[in-house]
Amino acid sequence: MDLSTALPTLLGIAWLLPLASFTLIVLFGPRMGKHGLGAGYLATSAILFGAVCSWLALIFWFGHYGFKPAEHGAEAHAVAAAETEHGETEHAAAEAATAEHAEQSAGHDESPRAYTNDLYTLGQFGSLKITISYYIDALTVGMFAMVTLIGTCIHFYALGYMHDELHDVTDHEVTLADGQHLHRRGRFHRFFQYMSLFCFSMLGLVYAGNIAMVFVFWELVGICSYFLIGFYIERKSASNAANKAFIVNRIGDFGMIVGLMALWGSLGTFAFGDVKNADGQIERGIFSQVRDPANGHALTVPDGMVRAAAFDAVEEIAFKHPARLAPGAAASEIESRIPTWREQRYGYWLLVIAGVGIFCGCVGKSAQFPLHVWLPDAMEGPTPVSALVHSATMVAAGVYLVGRFFPAFAPEVLLVIAYTGGITLFLAATIAITATDIKRVLAYSTVSQLGYMMLALGVGGWAAGLFHLLTHAFFKSLLFMCSGSVIHATHTNEMPKMGGLLKKMPYTGYTMLVGCLAIIGAGVPFVFGFSGYYSKDAIVAQALSFSQSNPLHGSIFFYTAVGGAAITAFYMFRLWYMTFAGEPRDHHIYEHAHESPKVMYRPLIVLAVFAALVGCTVPDWVPLVGGLGVQNLLEQARPAGETGAGVLLAGLAYPNEHASHSHDIHVPATLYAFSTALGGFLLATVFYGVRWLNPADVKQQFLPIYRFLIGKWFFDELYDFLFVRPCYFIAFLIASLDRRVIDGFIDNTARWTRKLASIDDLIDRYFVDGLVNLAAAWIYSLGTSLRGLQTGKLRQYVMLIVIGTVALFVLINFASAR
Amino acid sequence: MEPVGISHFMAVGAIMFVCGVVSMATKRNALGVLMGVELVLNGANVNFVALSSKFLTTAPGRSLGLDGQFIALFVIVLAAAEAAVALAITLNFYNNHSTVDVDRADELKG
Repeated sequence: MDLSTALPTLLGIAWLLPLASFTLIVLFGPRMGKHGLGAGYLATSAILFGAVCSWLALIFWFGHYGFKPAEHGAEAHAVAAAETEHGETEHAAAEAATAEHAEQSAGHDESPRAYTNDLYTLGQFGSLKITISYYIDALTVGMFAMVTLIGTCIHFYALGYMHDELHDVTDHEVTLADGQHLHRRGRFHRFFQYMSLFCFSMLGLVYAGNIAMVFVFWELVGICSYFLIGFYIERKSASNAANKAFIVNRIGDFGMIVGLMALWGSLGTFAFGDVKNADGQIERGIFSQVRDPANGHALTVPDGMVRAAAFDAVEEIAFKHPARLAPGAAASEIESRIPTWREQRYGYWLLVIAGVGIFCGCVGKSAQFPLHVWLPDAMEGPTPVSALVHSATMVAAGVYLVGRFFPAFAPEVLLVIAYTGGITLFLAATIAITATDIKRVLAYSTVSQLGYMMLALGVGGWAAGLFHLLTHAFFKSLLFMCSGSVIHATHTNEMPKMGGLLKKMPYTGYTMLVGCLAIIGAGVPFVFGFSGYYSKDAIVAQALSFSQSNPLHGSIFFYTAVGGAAITAFYMFRLWYMTFAGEPRDHHIYEHAHESPKVMYRPLIVLAVFAALVGCTVPDWVPLVGGLGVQNLLEQARPAGETGAGVLLAGLAYPNEHASHSHDIHVPATLYAFSTALGGFLLATVFYGVRWLNPADVKQQFLPIYRFLIGKWFFDELYDFLFVRPCYFIAFLIASLDRRVIDGFIDNTARWTRKLASIDDLIDRYFVDGLVNLAAAWIYSLGTSLRGLQTGKLRQYVMLIVIGTVALFVLINFASAR
Repeated sequence: MEPVGISHFMAVGAIMFVCGVVSMATKRNALGVLMGVELVLNGANVNFVALSSKFLTTAPGRSLGLDGQFIALFVIVLAAAEAAVALAITLNFYNNHSTVDVDRADELKG
């Protein structure tokens, strides 16, 4: 089968299977097996088959393109391999493909290998076309493989973790008004229903071939996140956290809508890649408009944006052109002026706004600096949700979108992204140092690692950022699932109550150790390392490479990245030591702790293997699988063209990411990253491992800083003061306006209406009723007077008849006589 | 001496009619009243038959055919039905009141 049909089909099946599972569970969930147990199996098998399809697609991809990145100029076909559904368009398509191919081999040939086409047109409103389409390149395939694999592991894990929901549940965290704890039915099927919906939405987000479809699925994952955070909806904290996540995400999405408007308003398309329409013409997508292949994929402000920005001049020409009556004269005049306007930087701001707008959405979804507050609270959801939605996949969707949209980001936008990522990275890492809730430590760690990814993308490390996204997904979901296993065993989230659990739960303990080693980037420098070693190195190397061309910004990013590595190592091992090492702090909890069931720890082992190995690249000299690795896979999807230099910020220059692989950057970066991580690890060991220093003493010494960190930099309080309180205040004002003015008006109206009605009532009662009653009285008295005639005497009646008849005859006689 | 003509028949019919009416108006016994009714009806029948008889009309071609006779037959049938119903009512009345005095039957008075 041709790759251009095989990939969309396989990934499409993987995408739609969870939707089928969701639909079935919605309809028949509670009736599936005992207490809805079948719903869990259904959802798990759906994602399992999805994983099989996705990995098949990955194998097909490797089988077709090999493991190594494309050599420049080697095979530059398969660009926008638009499928031809109708026989008659096939010929035209082949022609177009040849033409494109010729153009590429003549000029630049680094176009990414991507397949894109419309599957279904939902609607066309003027030039606004809303379609379901796909855009599949190596990144898509890699994301599918990652999401479905982790999704499968987590579904299996959840079968064990959620078993409490199989029977009636007494929620000890909810006290009702009568002092009783809440007693409710189990919601096993509902959990898997939302998990299936989430998998469908997440895969749809990755599958999507246009930004509008991305946005739809973006919102769908958001609502799934809302449902799943609020799974224990009766708990006040859970419903608050769900609302917070949803509202904070709306703020980001508002920016995204602005970005979408800027893009569509000026470019007239939502599609990423070039799509052949029904007439056989190629509609240019966003990427090829922003990075024209004819121009060597250099960042160019598209004609549409130039025209939109120079609207004054366009209007002038359109209405006052001397040869206005000649058709197309004004249009060609405008067309000829566009290069001049582009020189004058018309439209560049629009490009920046579009980029920053799209990034705003990513800030919300990926919990970046101003909007990071929702993610730690989202830990109210069940732990499998935290592992799948809030660490591995959904929050990474923001990073994914930045990566997907990378070609359309101007250097200034990238700088914004880098700063956001850097701030987030540092801020979240410091908070994680003092947090004691095991899941919150991991949540802040997630925020911090997402900051790493954004930083990497922002300094031009496209592959580095997405590489870290993929490796992080594995080790962070592993860490979350381990923490879930610990919570499952101890029934508490508080690390100060744990300790020494390694003996009780060896599988969990050792797999979590692997996760910790992976996240801090442990390894033997230049020889081998856990997955985080490679991805973090790539980021630090790119930051170093960036700082060489931009000393001012770059050094900030470089030191943040390196410092972040140290803090990460510190808090991760603090977590591990506090949980698994040392003496048990709470004997009651320790006695009752137990290893989790097999269905829970086996996925941990699978993920631990991936977390350890997914970063490695098989050396080239190995036969058959030489070059197999995530990095090489991502290189195959690298957007064409250089990031280039800043236009608005002179002096901002982005180095090529390949430069970071050079020896004099790579070696010091590795050493920096490794030594700082080692430092953090040793510090944690000194404090929490061998306990040479007492953390409590240090806490006393740095009390203000400690307070600042334990208060989470007081962001919640700040937002409370800045936004929530004013909001309440305005709401209060509006409420009193409502109560006084509007309610008063309505009350008065009601009073007057009542008065009017009482007058009307009088009229009704005395005038209308009076007339009717009068008529009735007359008829009554008439009847009464007539009843005397009815005597009941038969003979009298006969007499009357006779007399009447005779009288009638006499009358007629007299009348006819005249 | 005048031959028997239409007016003689009509005189008989009129006498029967008046007898019947007087009987209805004066009898207190319900059976007497019923007899009066029969007389009235048959008085009318005599008129019908006489007026349509082809032997009694003087002007040829102005005969009514058998119309009068048929109407008389209808009246007889009707009278029989009416008498049956009336006798049933009377019998019921007698069962309830132990009398057939029509002056006592004044329950429907106004």
